[in-house]
Amino acid sequence: MTALQQTTEVVDPVPGADAPHLPGQPDLVQLLTPEGERVEHPDYPLDVSDEELRGLYRDLALVRRWDVEATALQRQGELGIWASLLGQEAAQVGAGRALAPDDMAFPTYREHGVAWTRGVDPLHVISLFRGVDQGGWDPVARAFNLYTVVIGAQTLHATGYAMGLQRDGAESAALAFLGDGATSQGEVNEAMIWAATFAAPVVFFCQNNQYAISVPIERQSRVPLFQRAAGFGFPGVRVDGNDVLAVLAVTRAALAAAREGSGPTFIEAFTYRMGAHTTSDDPTRYRLASELEEWKLRDPIARLKAHLSRTGIADADFFASVDAEGDELAARIRQGTLEMPDPAGTEIFDHVYAEQTPELARQREEFVAYHASFEGDQQ
Amino acid sequence: MTETLTIGKALNLGLRKAMEDDAKVVLMGEDIGKLGGVFRITDGLQKDFGEARVVDTPLAEAGILGTAVGLAMRGYRPVCEIQFDGFVFPAYNQIVTQVAKIHARSRGKLPMPIVIRIPFGGGIGAVEHHSESPEAYFAHTAGLKVVAVSTPADAYWGIQQAIAAPDPVVFLEPKRRYWEKGAVDSAATPDPLFGSRVVRGGDDVTVLAYGPMVKTALQAAEAAAEEGRSLEVIDLRTISPLDLDPVFDSVRRTGRCVVVHEAPVTLGLGAEIAARVTETCFHSLEAPVLRVGGYDTPYPPSKLEEEYLPDLDRVLDAVDRSLGF
Ligand SMILES: Cc1ncc(C[n+]2csc(CCOP(=O)(O)OP(=O)(O)O)c2C)c(N)n1
Ligand SMILES: [Mg+2]
Repeated sequence: MTALQQTTEVVDPVPGADAPHLPGQPDLVQLLTPEGERVEHPDYPLDVSDEELRGLYRDLALVRRWDVEATALQRQGELGIWASLLGQEAAQVGAGRALAPDDMAFPTYREHGVAWTRGVDPLHVISLFRGVDQGGWDPVARAFNLYTVVIGAQTLHATGYAMGLQRDGAESAALAFLGDGATSQGEVNEAMIWAATFAAPVVFFCQNNQYAISVPIERQSRVPLFQRAAGFGFPGVRVDGNDVLAVLAVTRAALAAAREGSGPTFIEAFTYRMGAHTTSDDPTRYRLASELEEWKLRDPIARLKAHLSRTGIADADFFASVDAEGDELAARIRQGTLEMPDPAGTEIFDHVYAEQTPELARQREEFVAYHASFEGDQQ
Repeated sequence: MTETLTIGKALNLGLRKAMEDDAKVVLMGEDIGKLGGVFRITDGLQKDFGEARVVDTPLAEAGILGTAVGLAMRGYRPVCEIQFDGFVFPAYNQIVTQVAKIHARSRGKLPMPIVIRIPFGGGIGAVEHHSESPEAYFAHTAGLKVVAVSTPADAYWGIQQAIAAPDPVVFLEPKRRYWEKGAVDSAATPDPLFGSRVVRGGDDVTVLAYGPMVKTALQAAEAAAEEGRSLEVIDLRTISPLDLDPVFDSVRRTGRCVVVHEAPVTLGLGAEIAARVTETCFHSLEAPVLRVGGYDTPYPPSKLEEEYLPDLDRVLDAVDRSLGF
C-alpha cells in the first residue's frame, strides 16, 4: 500500500505553535490550491471528468444552501438547534462521493454533506433538529447510519460493521466519521485498536475543524492527529479538508485499500468550523474573528469555483443554474419544515422493543385514556 | 447580604466561594474554562482562578472522572462537570467501579471527596441525550451520595456543602430551571445538604418531588388549593441518602402520598420511597403511594416531551386518584 504514507516523525510537536490553525505542512495532501489551481500529488493521482467536477461543485453549493436555510429556520424558532457544516462542505462531499453504494457510512451529528451524497432527504435530517424524530431516515436503505450524538460511539460501530463485512467476504468498507475532539475518547481509541488488530475494512475520517465546541485541538493532541495512526499500526494521512478533490482522492484510496484487505486508514481532513459549534454556541467567547478571516481565504467552494471558471469547465450559466437550484432546494426545505407534522404521542411506546412488553402496552393504554379524558373536557 | 439570583448564578457564586475557601478545589470539565461552560455555570472562574484550577479537559469523560480519583488521592477536591446528563455514561465505569468503592476498599484510607455536577432533566427542547434523568443509576450505587437542588439558595449552599463533604456527591442541577430566580442570603445558616424539607404545608395529600419537579409540585398545590384541596409539598433535596422522616411525619397526617419525578417510574426513586412509606406508615395510609414519572420509554423527541414529562395536570390526576381511594 504505497498510496498512503505512514509518517512517524513528529513534524510539529505542539501543533499550531508557530502557525495556529494554518495548513501548509509538507504532509498536507492538496490537489487544488486555495486559489483554485490544480496541482498533482505523486501518491494521489485523480482522474475526474469535467462533468464530475461540475457535479462536485453542485454538491458543495447545494449543501451549503441547505445549511444556510436550516440556520435561518432555527433562528426563526422552527428548529430547536442546528449544527452547521459551514466550511466543512468539501471534507464531507469529498468523503461521501468516495463511497461506493455498498459501503456504509457512520456519521456524527454534523455530516449533512455526507447525508446529501447518500441521498438522504434533507428534511429527514431536519426532523431530528426540529424534535420530530430521533432517527430520521432508513439507515440500511441509504447505507448511511443514523446520526450519533454521543461523541465517538459510532467509531466502534463502524469497526464492528467492517468486521462483519470481512467475515462475509464482502468487497465493501465502512467509513467512520469523527471530530478532532472525539479522538480523545477512550472508545475511539478502542475502535482503532480493534480495527488494527482485525485488519478491519474501516476508514476513520476525522474532520479536524480545529475545535471541540470551545476547546482547541491543542487540548486534545500534542501531535498532528494523523500521526497517531502509526501508533495503532495503520497508515495516517493528512489531507486539505477544504480541497474536495484531495479529499475525494485520499478517501477513495483508503477505501480501496480497506476493501482489498489492507486494513484501516486514518484520514485527518484539516479544515475549519466557520460557524458556531451549533446555533446555541457563541464562538466570540473563545476565538478571534481574524482566524475566521484567514480561513475564508481557503473557502472550499470558492476554490473549486475559481478552478472551474478559470479552466472554462463551467460558465456563468452553469453557476446561475446551481444558484437557482439552491433557491428551489431552500424553498422546499422551508416549506417541508413548516408543514412537517408533529409525531403522535403514542409513537413513544411503539418502537421501544421488537416485542412489546405487557407493561409498556399498559402504559400506552393509560396514556391514550389520559389524553382522551382532556378531549372530553373540551367538548 | 440577600440577593436575588438565578439558580445558574447561585451555582457560579457558590463555586467561587468554595474555590476561595479551599485552594485544593479544582474544577474540571469540557468547555468550562474559556467558554464558562455551555450553561455558563463556571463563567469567569478560569479568568479569576487560572487554568490550573479551572481545567478545560480533553473530550473524555472517563478521563475526567478517572483523573479526579488520582487527584483526590493527592488531597485535591475535584469538581467535575459533565456537560449533559446523557454524556455521563463514558464516565459511568469510573464512577461506579472506582469513585463509589474506593473508600470501602481502602477501609477509609482513601477518601474520595469528588463532586460530579450534572445538569439533568428535560423540558429544554433538546436533541437526544440532553434531557435524561439518570439519578436512579447513581442512587443504586452504594458509596455515592446523590442530591438535586431546586432553588437558588440551595444551589448556592448545596454546591459548597457538596464540595466540603468527605464523600463523592453526584450533584444534579435542574437545567431547565437554571434561569429561575430566588433570594440567596449569603449570611444565612444553610440547611444540611442531606435533608429533605417541607416547602408548602398542607393536610390532604403529601406530594414529594426533587430538582425540576419541585416547581411543578408547587404549581399543582396552588391549583389544588383553588379547588379546596390542601397539598403538602416536600422537596426531597437528597436522593441518596434519603431523608424520609419529614415524609413519614407528613404521611401520618395526610394518609396519602404522591411521588413525582421526570425519570421513568419503573425502579425509579418513587419505587423505593413507596416501599419505605408503606413499611413505615402502613396503618396511616388511606391510599397506595402513587407515582408520577416518565414512561418506560427512551426520552422522546422534543416535540413529544410535554406529553412525556409530568406536569401540573398529571400531578393533580394522581392527587385525585389518591383521594378517590
Ligand atoms: C460523550 C459526549 N460528551 C460530550 C458531548 C457534548 N458535545 C457535543 S459536540 C462536542 C464537541 C465535539 O467536538 P469534535 O469531536 O471536534 O466535533 P465537532 O463538533 O467539532 O464536529 C461535545 C463536547 C457529547 N455529545 N458526547
Ligand atoms: Mg471539532
